[in-house]
Amino acid sequence: MSDRAIFAARRRANALAMALSVAATAFGLVWLFLILSTLVVSGLSGMSLSVFTEMTPPPNVQGGGLLNAIVGSLVMTAIGVGIGAPIGILAGTYMAEYGRHEKLTTVTRFVNDILLSAPSIIIGLFVYGAVVVPMGRFSAIAGALALAAIVIPVVVRTTENMLLLVPNQLREAAAALGMPRANIVLTVCWRAARAGVLTGLLLAIARVSGETAPLLFTALSNQFWSLDITSAMANLPVTINNFINNPDPNWKRLAWAGALVITAAVLGLNIVARALAARSKSR
Amino acid sequence: MTDAILEAHVTEGALLATRRRTLVSLRRGDRAFFWATRLSAYAVLLILGGIILSLLSGAWPAMKVYGFEFLVTQRWAPNAMPEPILGGLGPIYGTLVSSLIAMAIAVPVGLGIAVFLTEICPPRLRQPIATAVELLAGIPSIIYGMWGFFYLGPFLAEYFQPAVIGLFANVPVLNEIFKGPSSNLSLFNASLVLAIMILPFVTSVARDVFMTVPPVLKEAAYGIGCTTWEVVRNVVIPYTRVGVIGGVMLALGRALGETMAVTFVIGNSFRISQSIFAPSTTISAAIASEFAESSDLHQSALILLGFLLFVLTFCVLALARLMLMRLEKRAGK
Repeated sequence: MSDRAIFAARRRANALAMALSVAATAFGLVWLFLILSTLVVSGLSGMSLSVFTEMTPPPNVQGGGLLNAIVGSLVMTAIGVGIGAPIGILAGTYMAEYGRHEKLTTVTRFVNDILLSAPSIIIGLFVYGAVVVPMGRFSAIAGALALAAIVIPVVVRTTENMLLLVPNQLREAAAALGMPRANIVLTVCWRAARAGVLTGLLLAIARVSGETAPLLFTALSNQFWSLDITSAMANLPVTINNFINNPDPNWKRLAWAGALVITAAVLGLNIVARALAARSKSR
Repeated sequence: MTDAILEAHVTEGALLATRRRTLVSLRRGDRAFFWATRLSAYAVLLILGGIILSLLSGAWPAMKVYGFEFLVTQRWAPNAMPEPILGGLGPIYGTLVSSLIAMAIAVPVGLGIAVFLTEICPPRLRQPIATAVELLAGIPSIIYGMWGFFYLGPFLAEYFQPAVIGLFANVPVLNEIFKGPSSNLSLFNASLVLAIMILPFVTSVARDVFMTVPPVLKEAAYGIGCTTWEVVRNVVIPYTRVGVIGGVMLALGRALGETMAVTFVIGNSFRISQSIFAPSTTISAAIASEFAESSDLHQSALILLGFLLFVLTFCVLALARLMLMRLEKRAGK
């Protein structure tokens, strides 16, 4: 083969590979576009003010909304994050501030990384066995605990990473003033890492607000208005799941509207978190 | 005069006392905070322990009754008389095969996107495209399920599957794998939805590790006249191999345990079919669709399936982490 032919073959191989990588990117973006566009079209056609102001309707009754499901989701997410975030932040703090070179930290980090990607349905099974069976019934608190178990690993990860970025000089300067360790962490390190930790928290909220699998047999669902956290409570993901699998067109319409609400909320949180992270990085 | 001295003495004493009190309370607060953080770190370990214990105790009755037979039995008959006959082979097969097909689609595409983003994309478009792909990971999985059930499934059954079935109709072996009839709910549909869902994980890890390649190495390769593709194949990929494999395993861990999206599109059939266009089921789909109405041995068998899934993902994820950790160590050196 002449040099020219070899060169042409290499150019062709390069052009082919580059074309394939552009095609791969197009392939990836097409799905995002397709999913979001069908979701917006189907969701908007079912959207109305009553979605946010009325209760879930019984089957084969016109009208109704998703108010109890939306409120239930907010309640469970709030409790889940309220339990999970402090534990996660404190655990991440221990790993970055106290036990940086300890075995406990290495093990916890490893376990945490596993929990971070553990199947969420397994978390559901765990909470079913640990909370629902002893309590004897499905409850919102069980659902919230399942969500907390998902929040914790996300928060631990970001907290540790953000605290590790805080320069040691800050800690040394504070220690030189005679500050106790706890106050150094609270007033210097946490403040320096605030934006990053907040980003992690937002991502954790985004992650749990769309979770369906761990709620299926912990919080179950409920057709009615309920704020009693010791009994089954309506929530958006499970309501969507129940409504979409039903032939009633009104339920289907509400399910798509709910899907749009949930996706908009989750993607919105994701984008805010990203913007926050980008801003704190540029500062 | 004496009054003034006395007063000064008294204030000094009071100051000392306040000072001591403050110091004691500070020390107490310090200890309390230390233990609060340490116990929280233990709590993370406790969650893992809790998961293992609760799954094991729930699965125990089924383990006792079925033993190792469970892994090789295909029949799933929770209502059989006098004893339900339950075997996990169907969902285990479905879980493994759907994840493998999903990886076969997502890994080349994800690597392609990563190459595009790091090598050829104009810098101004880099961040928007990377963010768009990562947003795919943010969409809740139930949305993928609904979309797959109402839009993707019918489309594939109408156009894609008949074409593929026709194409391989006369090829031995392949005509068994791609066998009709086409179906709205199938193992392949689940794999495709899974592939779309894990694409962002493959892409973001691959992009991150591609960016760790020292520019000097790439510049040297370009300097001796390599094309972009040759640089990627001979410099970037060999340099980042461990990291890429770690990222792929991470995505595999996700695919194995994905629940809602799969439950909607796979068809929940416990029978193993040779054709990937036939309905099937996965462990997570079986649990999601049957657990709420199950009891006794049936429920225990579902928990046993969950335990097997957990062991499987644990091994895959642990391996992935070990590989990524090795890479980090090397990068830190």
